[in-house]
Amino acid sequence: MEKFTLLKSNMVPLTVENVDTDQIIPARFLKATDRKGFGENLFRDWRFTPDGQIKEDFALNQSQYKGAILVAGNNFGCGSSREHAAWALADYGFKVVISSFFADIFKGNALNNGILPIQVSLENLQRIFAAIDQDPSVEAIVDIENQKLLIDAAGIAVTFEINDYKKMCLINGYDDIDYLISQKEAIEAFEQKRA
Amino acid sequence: MKKTLFDKVWDSHVVSSVKHGPDILYIDKHLIHEVTSPQAFNVLEEKGIPLFRPNQVVATADHNVPTENQHLPIQDALSRKQVSQLTKNCEAHGVNLFGLGHPYQGIVHVIGPELGVTQPGMTMVCGDSHTSTHGAFGTIAFGIGTSQVAQVFASQCVLVDKPKSMRVVVSGKLHPAVEPKDVVLYVIAKLGTDAGTGYFVEFAGNVFEEMSMEGRMTVCNMSIEMGARGGMIAPDQTTFDYVSKREFAPKGEALEAKIAHWKSLPTDDGAAFDAEHHFDAADIRPMITYGTNPGMGIKIADKIPSSDDASFVKSLEYMGLEADTYLLDMPISHVFIGSCTNSRIEDFRAAAAHIKGKQKSPDVAALIVPGSQQVAKQIVAEGLDQIFESAGFKLRQPGCSACLAMNDDKIPAGAYCVSTSNRNFEGRQGQGARTLLASPVTAAAAAVAGKIVDVSQV
Repeated sequence: MEKFTLLKSNMVPLTVENVDTDQIIPARFLKATDRKGFGENLFRDWRFTPDGQIKEDFALNQSQYKGAILVAGNNFGCGSSREHAAWALADYGFKVVISSFFADIFKGNALNNGILPIQVSLENLQRIFAAIDQDPSVEAIVDIENQKLLIDAAGIAVTFEINDYKKMCLINGYDDIDYLISQKEAIEAFEQKRA
Repeated sequence: MKKTLFDKVWDSHVVSSVKHGPDILYIDKHLIHEVTSPQAFNVLEEKGIPLFRPNQVVATADHNVPTENQHLPIQDALSRKQVSQLTKNCEAHGVNLFGLGHPYQGIVHVIGPELGVTQPGMTMVCGDSHTSTHGAFGTIAFGIGTSQVAQVFASQCVLVDKPKSMRVVVSGKLHPAVEPKDVVLYVIAKLGTDAGTGYFVEFAGNVFEEMSMEGRMTVCNMSIEMGARGGMIAPDQTTFDYVSKREFAPKGEALEAKIAHWKSLPTDDGAAFDAEHHFDAADIRPMITYGTNPGMGIKIADKIPSSDDASFVKSLEYMGLEADTYLLDMPISHVFIGSCTNSRIEDFRAAAAHIKGKQKSPDVAALIVPGSQQVAKQIVAEGLDQIFESAGFKLRQPGCSACLAMNDDKIPAGAYCVSTSNRNFEGRQGQGARTLLASPVTAAAAAVAGKIVDVSQV
């Protein structure tokens, strides 16, 4: 995983609530056996009509919205456990998703792919949407070390939650799998004890 | 200290805890399928490490297998590649695979319990959110992403924060027309799709105690649709009777010893939950969903509610439905009876009992997809196939099928499908398809009538 400490970026607003992972990446695109290229089909059926025409009213297709931060409505990432959703967001270029609530499995998948889910209050989420609506070029600063989200234009300077372990992983680019492999002796001892 | 069922199983599987971080949770059984495992096998190869405990992994092909002509090579090239990759990976790493053509092949959450791989008190994971199904046995079972599949391959453990605990109690007497699917759709409609997020749910009360294992699996299967990582039901005699007959379950004295342990698992009297909800069984009626998340459900006889909320409006627009109107008597064109929620023998018995002696409406395409080869065999053994076929239903071969439309079983754009599956998300059953979630009996009744009917009124 790449190291991730600080990000300054514009934001892309996706106001709809309960965005499920079937919308993030529809099942028909899950047939790959590697992790590459999923960004092409991110939000496929919201970005394109069935015959491949661009849907102009969708935020990702509107040139005024850009950046590596997706701001999404409540309960983002619900439904299927498909990690392809996180791969698609990462491949498209998103590094952070801000929402008022995240589904559990998505949150874990995002962190395992270097995407930081930032949970803010519903009130702050509305303020961020309003600020982007007023000026799409508004910038956000995400400081992982200090767990700060700063959006001057929205009057937002908040501390976000992330456990120390996951923070350490993001900052250093560590994967859980390496940590678990390092614990093999303890795991074997646990197995012996139960046998 | 008084402990919940969840605490007992979780705590006995914690290898250690990372300071200010997650637990290292030991996993007893790891189920895999063709869609979410290939990239995890790639990780083992990239790192040059072996699969740590291959005999604790069970594999099957289910998500994108065809439900016709399974003896022939899969026509779709990408699906064929994914399924053959699973076979290669399982051979290379010594994993027991119940692939296409195997008498035990089927939907991963149907075959686990049916083969006795699933047992009370275990921890189980699978790269599939409906792994919650196995909680019906008093098992901690939850869906994981592919990075975590790789972690379990490498270490037989996952790093995961211990969820909070919630108890959902449904007690009282159910209306005779109400099925387990109605109970869980009712609970989700009441609590919402995010109420369970951050929690593991225990379903308690006489309604669940009196349910068959199949019914309990339907309920726990949909825990994830209220946001919960998993759902559990305390193991009891119904559980022991179901498990003890199964191929991979312990036998003889070993089984007796296990049962003695399993009896110690139910939640202690007075144990505390972080959240608790109570419902009166008598209030539940046959349910159906009208929107694009499983929480958007109503009693079939009720009106679709109204709301100004933008997401609600967008949802009804996709569904082509109007607020403050009835779904009752609305014509439908497709019916799907299958999926890891409702594709066990009891589901088909219930559907067949309604269908027997009737004909499906000529305006409806009705698909019956068993959850496993063993269920398919049982359908024939009980003569249910005759009932389905003479009524005009298409009986297919096992797989996930039209639940997520990864194979050819898709619902056309704009069409209404009464489906026994678990998700009514936009495009879930095919681009533009409109899904109405319901029980197998409600689905069967809709296929016969060609419209939505309330089976409690028939």
